[in-house]
Amino acid sequence: MLDKVIFYFFAGIAVASAVLTVTRRNAVHSAIFLITALLATAGIFLQLRAEFLFIVQIILYVGGIMVLFVFVIMLVNLDVAVRQIQFARQKWVALVISLALAAQVGLMFWSSGRMPGQGLPVLAAAPADKLPPNSEEVAKSLFSSYLLPFEIASVLLLVAMVGAVVMAKKRT
Amino acid sequence: MQAVTQGTIEFLKLYWAPLLCGVVIVAFLPLIVGYVVLVERKLMADMQARLGPMRVGPHGLLQPIADAVKLLIKEDIIPEDADKLVFWLAPVLSVGAALLSLAGIAIGPAFQIAKDINIGILFVVGVSAMGIFGIVLGGWASNSHYSLMGALRSAAQLVSYETAAGMALVSGLLFAGTLNITSIVEAQRQQGIWFGLLAPVAFFTYLVASIAETNRAPFDLPEAESELVAGYMTEFSGFRWSLYFLAEYTNMIVVASVATTLFLGGWLRPFPRTQWLNFLDFLPPLLMVAIGLYCLVRVPKQPARVQQFFMVAVAGLCFFLALVLAVPVLVPVVNPSLAAGVKPLYEGIHGSFWFLFKVSAYLYFFMWLRFTLPRYRFDQLMRLGWHFLIPLSIINVLVIGIAMIVGTYLHLEGWWLLLATLPASIIALLIALFILAAEQKSGQQQAGGAASDSYAG
Repeated sequence: MLDKVIFYFFAGIAVASAVLTVTRRNAVHSAIFLITALLATAGIFLQLRAEFLFIVQIILYVGGIMVLFVFVIMLVNLDVAVRQIQFARQKWVALVISLALAAQVGLMFWSSGRMPGQGLPVLAAAPADKLPPNSEEVAKSLFSSYLLPFEIASVLLLVAMVGAVVMAKKRT
Repeated sequence: MQAVTQGTIEFLKLYWAPLLCGVVIVAFLPLIVGYVVLVERKLMADMQARLGPMRVGPHGLLQPIADAVKLLIKEDIIPEDADKLVFWLAPVLSVGAALLSLAGIAIGPAFQIAKDINIGILFVVGVSAMGIFGIVLGGWASNSHYSLMGALRSAAQLVSYETAAGMALVSGLLFAGTLNITSIVEAQRQQGIWFGLLAPVAFFTYLVASIAETNRAPFDLPEAESELVAGYMTEFSGFRWSLYFLAEYTNMIVVASVATTLFLGGWLRPFPRTQWLNFLDFLPPLLMVAIGLYCLVRVPKQPARVQQFFMVAVAGLCFFLALVLAVPVLVPVVNPSLAAGVKPLYEGIHGSFWFLFKVSAYLYFFMWLRFTLPRYRFDQLMRLGWHFLIPLSIINVLVIGIAMIVGTYLHLEGWWLLLATLPASIIALLIALFILAAEQKSGQQQAGGAASDSYAG
């Protein structure tokens, strides 16, 4: 019971602030709601007892990326942006597409309840001994089973970083 | 029936004890911060050959309370063109993040609100870093150029120095092998040496980066009063301003606690495993007795009757603390059979003493630096961060890792591990200095001495 209450609390905050992120006119307000959405997602991670994911979400997304977002937003001239029309006028197309998507997702949920083996896979709960030393377990799987993807991802990030530095560097 | 009481006690322990601790901390922290500020002003006065606040109470001891009352009844001004909601939210965010991160800190083996969280030290660091939003949003919401400048500087500074601080923490955590705060301190007890001695370069990096992260002098560019009035706090007054102040000092306590836990042995006394240094356990009560005696000696010199009375009261408090600290060490001496019984008492009382002592020493160092060093220029700050501290901390992680592998092969433990880590630290320092020198050389060649800075705010 308590679990459900907590989950719907965080999920509600996440969805509501995600919507507000898109609809706010002021970019800084959007950023604040994006932070709220990220924090609510972190709360759901914590409820799933994925402590490491929770703190990584906070340190990387909230403490790192969002600080840079806000930093850049403040350098941009906001007054002009507020007066401009923010959205391309394709409301009807967008409505149709998102309704179709919603129907698809709804069907998936509906069918997973009605027809066993269809729709969303029902995952077994993680074994209890895999959860408590959370960061240790994450590190172990990252550096044993998933070493190659991990390394590929880090090389990719390095390439992106070097590329960004090269592009940003003054041409002499 | 018994099962029900058991369950109730369990429930209370799980949910209400941490809540109660939290309320106590939130209630008392402003008072503690107030006295930290008083100590800072007294220190500043001492170093500048002045007396500092002397009017309110004996030696100005009641000054923090007077200040708090003044701040509370001040007019609360919100600028006309400010973004009201964000302006209201920003100081609260700052304080909230700072207070929340205190929950993960362990003052003694038993004194921790969020007990034994697996991600312990990451929780403290990550949550306290969220306080930056209070500063940035507050600076933006004020709708003033000085505030915005301060906010931008603060954001740039934090992002730059957080990498160095994180890498420094990684070097320390390599020795601990865990993120759990209690286990980190236990690891230091087992190895018998502080990780700050094993990884001095990491400790130094964390020290510098933590000063920059808390916006303290000589890195207090976001609130540089000679350039930016008061930076992000310019438009804030009264209670909102004091919330920012509270957040800044709480953050200082938080970084000091993190450094104490990871690098200075947490709640352990110095040399926790050296038997012949056990007399160090008698140091805390003796120190308290000495302070109390000094207060008594100073009593006749006080000008007013009230002040004399106050001095005696302070001396009495010191003697009481001395008694509390003396009980757990004197009982085993008098009656060895009770030694096991008072062990938890010893751990709790002396643990808190040593922890708070180390945190205070760290804070004292912060203040000492503030009154000694002039403020950096912003491009100097950025160069120090990006060109020296970040390479230094990354190289340090690498060489410390190698030193630990060497140590495992040679079966080095405790103090002997220094044989491997000290040369490694020196190598890291040399490489970083070399990089810095090469950087400066190429910078001079490119721009003819005046290296351009793209970060200047």
